Amino acid sequence: MIDKQYPSVAAAVADIPDGATVMVGGFGASGSPIELIHALLDQGAEGLTVINNNTGNGEVGLAALIGNGQVSKMICSFPRSSQSRLFPKLYREGRIELEVVPQGTLAERIRAAGAGIPAFYTPTAVGTVLAEGKELREFDGRPYIMEQQLEADFALIKCEVADPLGNLTFNKTGRNFSPLMCMAAKTTIVQTGRLVARGDIDPEHVITPGIFVNRVVEVAHPVHEDTLIAEGRSYP
Amino acid sequence: MSTGWTREQMAARAAKDIPDGSYVNLGIGIPELVTRFVPKGREFIYHTENGMLGMGPPPAEEDRDLDLMNAGKKYVTALPGAAYFHHADSFSMIRGGHIDVCVLGTMQVAANGDIANWSTGAPDAIPAVGGAMDLVQGVERIYVITQHTTKAGEPKLVEHCSYPLTGAGVVSRIFTDLAVVDITPDGFRVVELAPGMTFEEVQQKTGATILPAE
Repeated sequence: MIDKQYPSVAAAVADIPDGATVMVGGFGASGSPIELIHALLDQGAEGLTVINNNTGNGEVGLAALIGNGQVSKMICSFPRSSQSRLFPKLYREGRIELEVVPQGTLAERIRAAGAGIPAFYTPTAVGTVLAEGKELREFDGRPYIMEQQLEADFALIKCEVADPLGNLTFNKTGRNFSPLMCMAAKTTIVQTGRLVARGDIDPEHVITPGIFVNRVVEVAHPVHEDTLIAEGRSYP
Repeated sequence: MSTGWTREQMAARAAKDIPDGSYVNLGIGIPELVTRFVPKGREFIYHTENGMLGMGPPPAEEDRDLDLMNAGKKYVTALPGAAYFHHADSFSMIRGGHIDVCVLGTMQVAANGDIANWSTGAPDAIPAVGGAMDLVQGVERIYVITQHTTKAGEPKLVEHCSYPLTGAGVVSRIFTDLAVVDITPDGFRVVELAPGMTFEEVQQKTGATILPAE
């Protein structure tokens, strides 16, 4: 019987090596897998390339991982926010690399990797500095640039309900990049608020089918980035 | 001297030009005010690119769901008939031409429809683009709501953008505190002046030649 359950977040992230490329689900605080990120911080892997829409907030979650010096490169669409301090500091000191990607292109590059598409053409960013160095090609008289797929070694994902096969449902806009990242990583690690038995998720309601998921760990009462920041918490 | 339209009046004026039944994406700032001025008898469905159609107003604090945010990372609600989706679907709505109108703020907009609203290009600035480049390429009707000049009095409607572009030749119409201005093949053209505003004053505060209303 296939059973993708892991006993703890620590066990689920134990084999992420130095230099790995790691996708992290979430859009700002919504859908951010805080417990898995903190487990990766505890585990200590360094020189990571992290793919996320943002760069974290406050001194918890992704911001804490960056602040701990474990991330050498961020690939994201929007590295600024009102409470993002650790990334800007390291960036201005030249201690972390940044690749800015338009949000829809970021999503599509991730989806393409999961779908076996090496590259695609898009009008997004044509005529801007983000098109520099990219192949330009016209279709029906309109210019497009070529963008390449974006894959990862691992994905850290938060979901609402999972079963032992890795079928997932999400909570509201906490879904965001997560279903795409599940497809695009070699090893997808999911923390779920509820782990239910095989058959308990209606097949019509499955958002991410289990084929895209490798490890599931139950985190019954996940903390939320906004709550931690409101409480003035930092990690570790 | 007239002081022109307020932020609310600018948003209301823009809302007047959005057809009934439109799927609408609103940028952060003054564009968000559009939701308060939907003309009677019209319905707009709001898209937020982080993954929802049918976005509603902010919730009472006790009713917040911490995972239910808009693209500006503010807590919102879902109206009856709303739908959630992942980012590839959300940006297919944008990039595939399914969103009817997008209303954006800007730093600069040029007479040829170029828009610059994502980065000052300053050496110490942290570039952050979000979905702006996707929206301006994918949405047919790009409306801009902006003050006509910066706080320092510099024109924001210019001959050529000096800031890095978000998109080239993409803007349809601009709603400022002084006037409604179209981008035409001949450049800026006034559609409507704010009450008490003269064409000469609008021209004087515009960084390019502007044509009078037809």
